[in-house]
Amino acid sequence: MAALQPGTLDAMKNNHTQLLAEWTNGLQASGATRNLKEQDLQQQTSEFLHLVISGLQNGNDKNIAAPGWDDTRLFLEKLSHSRALLGHDSQQTANFIFALKGPLFALLQKHYEGNPALLAQQLWEVSELFDALGMQTIRTFQKSRESVIKRQQEELLELSTPVVKLWDGVLALPMIGTLDSQRTQVVMESLLQRIVDTGSEIAIIDITGVPTVDTLVAQHLLKTVTAIRLMGADCIISGVRPQIAQTIVHLGLDLQGVVTKANLADALKLALTRLGLTISKAD
Amino acid sequence: MERIPILQMGPFLLVTIQVDMHDQLALTLQDDLSERISKTSARGVLIDISALDMVDSFIGRMIDTISSLSKIMDAQTVLVGMQPAVAITLVELGLTLPGVSTALNVDRGMKLLQQRVLEQ
Repeated sequence: MAALQPGTLDAMKNNHTQLLAEWTNGLQASGATRNLKEQDLQQQTSEFLHLVISGLQNGNDKNIAAPGWDDTRLFLEKLSHSRALLGHDSQQTANFIFALKGPLFALLQKHYEGNPALLAQQLWEVSELFDALGMQTIRTFQKSRESVIKRQQEELLELSTPVVKLWDGVLALPMIGTLDSQRTQVVMESLLQRIVDTGSEIAIIDITGVPTVDTLVAQHLLKTVTAIRLMGADCIISGVRPQIAQTIVHLGLDLQGVVTKANLADALKLALTRLGLTISKAD
Repeated sequence: MERIPILQMGPFLLVTIQVDMHDQLALTLQDDLSERISKTSARGVLIDISALDMVDSFIGRMIDTISSLSKIMDAQTVLVGMQPAVAITLVELGLTLPGVSTALNVDRGMKLLQQRVLEQ
């Protein structure tokens, strides 16, 4: 199959302004410009058209992985990334490219009016190129979205492990969600560091928010308890719900040497007793 | 030869590890400490490892050994000032040091030692 004709390229170059205007209108009509500034859109559309034309001039090739398309691919990467951050979905992002097809096809139709065979062939070529560009956009869009999700996951990890100071010398760590190796590591590190920083003698780990306890979770808990003991502090586990207590017994888990309490209040009471403090009612 | 100093504080011996421990140093410390416990008939040993930021299984075992040998020689051992990273490493290595008493800092370690000796 023959490559793109120089005539096609010329037609694109000569009708640059008209293409841009029609494309922008199309974009606005399809709603792909939501949350976008007018001036940003203008800049992006003209830059992209410029890049496509120069890419065709350089390589005159549909293979967009070729070095001649480097700038275009880079531009699309940036574009998809910014779209992902703006909260656009993949369809809206891909529409940016596909909306150019309409005006371009109309232009080619006019250009090759007398030669239907050539028109069909050129349409095919252009269509293939833009499909590839569109796919590239979606691919990078997806990658950006994945990186956003990954970052949010990491943030959640940090957020879900706050170490709270309950009293002078008493720290508490309310655990929420499933305990896996990665989370245990983060929990352990932040708790141990806080113990060093505050010189607290007692740490309470509250597992009320942990939905299930299996052998792995118990092992992680035991590791944390042991590390705390090695540092020279004491650890109390609180918030052991009846079902969890049953599971632990059924699984035959050995929590010996670990002080457990049914709720945080009991644990705090024990901690205060160990520190030699008493709470009394004011008269 | 490089040695870790052992200081005497009343009935207790104080060991502060300020340098990176290597195997030979650990063995020498073990020998020196047992020697000093028998010579001074110390009642307690306080080992401060707050400056130790790296530990391997050998050093972990050495700490365990020192604790058991001083227990046999009727001296209580308290390990103080372990860094979080060291604690995590020891746990991951499976060295939970069940027979070793620990405290957060030298001050609390001393109090713990005194309490233990009074109890006896």
